[in-house]
Amino acid sequence: MAHSPSAPRTLFDKLWDSHAIVTREDGQTLLWVDRHFVHEGSFHAFNKLKERGAKVAHPELTFGIADHYVPTRRFGRSIDPAIQNMIDQLEDNMSENDVMLFGLNDPRQGIVHVVGPEQGLTLPGLLIVCGDSHTSTHGALGAWGFGIGASEVAHVLMTQTLWQRKPKRMRITVDGTLAPGIGAKDIALSIIARMGADGAQGHAVEYAGSAIRTLSMEGRLTLCNLSIEAGARCGMVAPDETTIAYLRNRPFAPARDGFERAAEDWLRLQSDKDAEFDREIVLNGSEIAPVVTWGVSPEDALPITMAVPDPASISDLGKAAQIRDALTYMDLKPGQKLTEVPIDRVFIGSCTNSRIEDLRAAAQVLSDRKSKVPGLVSPGSSLVKQQAEAEGLDRIFKEAGLEWVDSGCSMCVGMNGDIVQPGERCASTTNRNFKGRQGPGARTHLMSPAMVAAAAVTGYLTDVRPLIQERS
Amino acid sequence: MQPFQRLTAAACPLPYANIDTDQLIPARFMKRSRAEGYGGYLLHDMRFTGDGTEIADFRLNQSTYRNSQIIMARRNFGAGSSREAAVYALVDYGIRCVIAPSFGDIFASNSVNNGLLPAKVDERDGEALLRFLEETHAELTVDLEAQTISAKGMSFPFAIDPVWRTKLLNGWDDIDITLSQADAIARFRAEDSVRRPWTTPRVP
Repeated sequence: MAHSPSAPRTLFDKLWDSHAIVTREDGQTLLWVDRHFVHEGSFHAFNKLKERGAKVAHPELTFGIADHYVPTRRFGRSIDPAIQNMIDQLEDNMSENDVMLFGLNDPRQGIVHVVGPEQGLTLPGLLIVCGDSHTSTHGALGAWGFGIGASEVAHVLMTQTLWQRKPKRMRITVDGTLAPGIGAKDIALSIIARMGADGAQGHAVEYAGSAIRTLSMEGRLTLCNLSIEAGARCGMVAPDETTIAYLRNRPFAPARDGFERAAEDWLRLQSDKDAEFDREIVLNGSEIAPVVTWGVSPEDALPITMAVPDPASISDLGKAAQIRDALTYMDLKPGQKLTEVPIDRVFIGSCTNSRIEDLRAAAQVLSDRKSKVPGLVSPGSSLVKQQAEAEGLDRIFKEAGLEWVDSGCSMCVGMNGDIVQPGERCASTTNRNFKGRQGPGARTHLMSPAMVAAAAVTGYLTDVRPLIQERS
Repeated sequence: MQPFQRLTAAACPLPYANIDTDQLIPARFMKRSRAEGYGGYLLHDMRFTGDGTEIADFRLNQSTYRNSQIIMARRNFGAGSSREAAVYALVDYGIRCVIAPSFGDIFASNSVNNGLLPAKVDERDGEALLRFLEETHAELTVDLEAQTISAKGMSFPFAIDPVWRTKLLNGWDDIDITLSQADAIARFRAEDSVRRPWTTPRVP
C-alpha cells in the first residue's frame, strides 16, 4: 500500500515502510529483518541450510537462545539424551555459523521473549522474527515482532529478509483505570474472549489508551505476547518515556550519545493523529475483572465471578457442540461457578508471565500463606531469577510450598519434561489452554500470576481481590 | 516442492473449531527427525489412546476416511504455535488440502511453503460441505486454478491469496526469487544503516 508523503500513517505503516526493500506488482513486499532469534526448534531450518550448502547471511543480527527444551532443574540430575541432543544441535548450529548463543550455562540464559528485551536486543522500530508464535511479545517496545515457521526461518537465515503481504491495521484502545489486582493478563484475556481466538487474524494490532500507557514494560510485554492468541500477526505499543527508561543501559542497546539520538527517533514512532485503522476496538479498563479460562481455547475466558457456560442455552449448534466438547475435556459441569473449581497444581512462568513484576505480584499474595497444591515457579530468565532471589521472593514461594526452579519454557509447553499429569487441573500463568498443551490429558486454566497465587492459597479458582485487600 | 493444481480425493470431515497446532502434532514428538516421517504423529492424541490404541470412532481411523487427502474443518484451523511440524505431520500423512472458514496466519503460510493448500471457504459453505461429506462420504475435487471445491454437481468457491496460489500452482520456493534481489537488498542495507544507525546491536 503506497502512501503519499503527507498522508497520515499508523505506527505499523511507519514500521512497514522503513523495512520495505522492494514491493512487487502482486503486493508482496520483501522486508529487511533487523533481529532473528533462534531456539532449539530451529534444527529443521538449519537442516535446510545444510541441504543447500548455505551459511547464515548475517550472524551479527542472529541470536541463539536455549529455552524450549532446557531442564529447569539444572544441577545433580541427568538430562534425557533426546533433550540433551536438542540443546547440543543448537550449540553446533550456532558455532558452525558464528552466531552468538545464550546457552544453557550462560548467566543471561532465559526465555527468548524475556531475554531479548532484557538484554536490549529488542529495540523500538526493529523488525524481529523468531520461529515462535509469541514473538509478538517484542511489540511492547514499539518493535514489530512476529512468529514464523521453519521454512521462513531458513529464508531469513539465508537472506536476512522475508516476503510478506501487508496486514490490515487494528487499534485496540483501553481507557480508564484498572482496579487493584487487575493486570495486563486480564486485559488480554478480556480482549480475546470478546474478539475470539481468530478475531484479529490478518491484522497488525496497536494497543492504545490511558490504561495501556500506565502499564509497566512487563505489563506491555504480557499484553503484546497474547496478541497471537487473538490471531493477530503482531501487537505493539508506541514507544514513550516508559520504553526509553526501560532500555537505558541495557547491554546490547546503544550507549551514551548514541542512545540519546536513538531515543529521539524512537519517540517519533507514533501513529499520526488522523491515521486510519481498518478496525477499531474500544474497551473500558475500569470494567475489567480478574479473568480465568474455563475451556480449551484462550477465547473461552470469563471473569472469575461468573459460571461455566451451559451449552443447552446456546442456539448456535456448532458453538454448543464446541462448548460441550471443551467441558468434557475439562471435566466441568454447565453452570458450575468458576470459584467452585478445585485445582491440583499451579505453574508460574512462561514468556507470558515470568518477569520480575509477575513474580512480585504472585509473591505478594503468597507471602505468609501456604499453597494447598504443589506447583512450580520458573523465572523468565536467569537474571530475573537472580533479582527475585535478591528480593527474597524465592523464600516466599518455597515457604508457601512451591518449587523454585531454573528458567525456561518449562510447563507452558512441556517439551523439557515439566508436564501436568493426565487429568490434573493446573492454574497457570501461561498462554495456551489447548488440549494436551501442558502434557497429554492436562487441564489448563489460564490467569494472571496474582490469580494463580490466589488459586494456590485456596486450592480453588479464586478471586484474588479479597486476598489483596486483606493485605492493604 | 510438489505443485498443487487439481486434486480429487477422499475428504475427512473434522467438525471442530480451533484445531490448533498442538493438537496437529503434540510437542513431545518434535524432537524426532523428519527423516522418519511425521505422519504417524498427526492429531496423535485424537487418534490414539494413552497406550497407543487407535480410537475407533475418530474419523481418520475409519476405513472411509483413512486415506483422505483433504481435511474439512471448522474455523481457526492451525491456530497457535508456529511449529511447521504441524504441516509436516499433515503432509507426511498424505493430506494435500485443508478446507476451513479461517486459518491461523502462521500455519497458512507454513502450509504454502510445503505445498499444502489452505482453502478458505465461507462459514455457511463450510457447514454445507461438512453435512455433505457426513451424508455421502463422496470425494471432493479441489481446483486451484478455478478456486472451486466441487462434488456431485455442487460447487463452492474458496479464497486464497493470489501470490500463494501462484506459488502452489508452480511449486515455487521463495529463496531463489529472493536471491535474485541481492543488489536491492545490499542497497537497502547500505542506506538503512545511515538512516537507522541504532539498529546494529552493540556488542557489550
